Amino acid sequence: MRYIDEFRDPHLARKLLANIRTRSTQPVCFMEFCGGHTHAIFRHGLRQMLPPTVELRSGPGCPVCVTANGDLDHAIALARLPGVILATFGDMLRVPGSRGSLQTAKAEGADVRVVYSTLDALQIARDHPERAVVFLGIGFETTAPTVAASVLEAEAGSLDNFYVLSLHKLTPPATRAILDEGEVRLSGIIGPGHVTTVIGSDAWEFLPRDYSVPCAVAGFEPLDILRAVAALVEMAEDGQPAVVNAYSRGVRPEGNRTALGIMQRVFEVGEADWRGLGRVPASGLVLRPKYASFDAALAFPVDPGPTREHKGCRCGDVLRGTVEPPDCPLFHRVCTPAHPIGPCMVSAEGACAAW
Amino acid sequence: MFDKILLVHGSGGQLSHELVEHLFLKYFDNPILARMDDAAVIGETRFFGKNLVSGKLAFTTDSYVVSPIFFPGGDIGKLAVCGTVNDLAMSGATPLYLSTGFILEEGLELADLERVVASMAATAQAAGVQIVTGDTKVVDHGKADKLFINTAGIGMVPVGVEPGSDQAQPGDVVILSGTVGDHGMTIMSQREGLRFDSPLVSDCAPLSGLVATMLDALSSLSTPLSSPKAIHCLRDPTRGGLATALNEVAGKSRVGIEIEEHAVPVRDAVRAACELLGLDPLYVANEGKLVAFVAPAAADAVLATMRTHEYGREATIIGQVMAEHAGRVVLRTAMGARRILDMLVGEQLPRIC
Repeated sequence: MRYIDEFRDPHLARKLLANIRTRSTQPVCFMEFCGGHTHAIFRHGLRQMLPPTVELRSGPGCPVCVTANGDLDHAIALARLPGVILATFGDMLRVPGSRGSLQTAKAEGADVRVVYSTLDALQIARDHPERAVVFLGIGFETTAPTVAASVLEAEAGSLDNFYVLSLHKLTPPATRAILDEGEVRLSGIIGPGHVTTVIGSDAWEFLPRDYSVPCAVAGFEPLDILRAVAALVEMAEDGQPAVVNAYSRGVRPEGNRTALGIMQRVFEVGEADWRGLGRVPASGLVLRPKYASFDAALAFPVDPGPTREHKGCRCGDVLRGTVEPPDCPLFHRVCTPAHPIGPCMVSAEGACAAW
Repeated sequence: MFDKILLVHGSGGQLSHELVEHLFLKYFDNPILARMDDAAVIGETRFFGKNLVSGKLAFTTDSYVVSPIFFPGGDIGKLAVCGTVNDLAMSGATPLYLSTGFILEEGLELADLERVVASMAATAQAAGVQIVTGDTKVVDHGKADKLFINTAGIGMVPVGVEPGSDQAQPGDVVILSGTVGDHGMTIMSQREGLRFDSPLVSDCAPLSGLVATMLDALSSLSTPLSSPKAIHCLRDPTRGGLATALNEVAGKSRVGIEIEEHAVPVRDAVRAACELLGLDPLYVANEGKLVAFVAPAAADAVLATMRTHEYGREATIIGQVMAEHAGRVVLRTAMGARRILDMLVGEQLPRIC
């Protein structure tokens, strides 16, 4: 199949691996920011193929995982309101909040619907003019433009029963937060491919400039990831950090101007709560005052109750890359894919589920 | 355990298994049920029908709630017949008689019901079974989704045939009858909110003929190693897909299974749809495929025979059974790495970004 098979060629992979083995002399630790990369790395068994000098660490790039318990409780409280339909991407359903998940709220009668696109949520709003449809806006710069577009479409179509609970997060500030905390010494960042398609590879220039950390933006096929690792090894060995675009078939230096334009029209930058990182200034997206009438948080004041963290769960540390999933005392003992305690065990992009 | 039934309890994955083990098995416990095979095989029985057969009785039941009720390659009626016929066939039985129960939603178009019933009749004929008893209930509008069908079936397992999920042995060759993921991705492509144009067609088909061909071929061979007993285990990888079926066998037979990723055939349209949505075809449902665990001496004969049958034309060897890593399925990736292939937990969901 085109665009898949050529990026999974085992012969080319072996060549890249040989190259990495020859070049790598000093131990390095690279973080793959994106949960999609974590998933691909485990799916293709890439970790075990790298030389022992090259360590990969999972980062905070799983949209479901970084959603804070308080925000999740807020979404569940909205879903329980009479007359509300909560539309969400499916992964969110199973994540345990302080008390139950959207899935258990659904079983108790809340109208929670899984959608695959914001356009489906708009359609639900059109089909049910008597109900309030709240779209749970999670994800990074990849999903935010589509949510922004749905707000614009709702505005154009005078749809007054469509709302968004914006929990969107921005990736560069989170990467800064991890590097600023300095708990884990990173020798390079594998830049998130889909996010960078939107924000552009220039958005990562601060990594070599401010932190002397190289960045290689990668796609999601095995060869994409190996190529990025090879570039990072090279830069780390030579002590010449830069931003390398190893995903040039999708990513441009300036990103996708149209998507960025729509996103900036509807959202402004605000602080956001991250599981693991806490409140990070200028790392989230909130609806601009002009679009406040679409803000579910303003339209439906609810009291989600006190936030409770899951005892012993180390998802926060896993998301910061300070521990690996097996270091968590709950991992595969009490916290399993069938009965997840923390979100990293729920999502296919979560480090614990992929492990 | 959760204190309420969740949708994932019906996914065929780990939570479905927990529900069965912790609730149904707890109350209904008996040695026949406890084997947890696709069909229950009951004692030595003599059956006097149109053919005099002696062997064991196989008995199974399944309910069908698929939406939409019509899809490329089949419909809920064809599925209801094939599913039960296939469960019987996987126990080595010749399917004979089916019962059917309909739960109809008030307002269902009679023409739709007739289309479903006609399809059931045609499929039953193709599978060589008769639908001999039935029941109909109608519920208020909104209390069911158009129609639900339950079928139960009985068949006879000939003497000397005894495949079971706990019978796979180290050294066994794992043979898959064709491509995986066709049914699940066809249904997904038709679902509300995810409609996309594609050449996907469900593989929904009765497999009793294919199984009979495999067993007959072994009976006719003269070498002692090639008796029908050489087929140690048969499974149809429905909900939860191939990965879940293999895990069930690895667990019950207490063996390890190693699969070559590149050896598992997947149609391009299925692969494309899976890549698009971030799903793994190894976890996607099939309704017309089987996986056979066969003693190595008989593997070539079984494979060659399968390929002569219309539902086994693309049959291929995908891996083998080993004594190591008992209870686990290991996948050798196309890249040459090895990873554990787990059982499906909930429903597979499209990725977010």
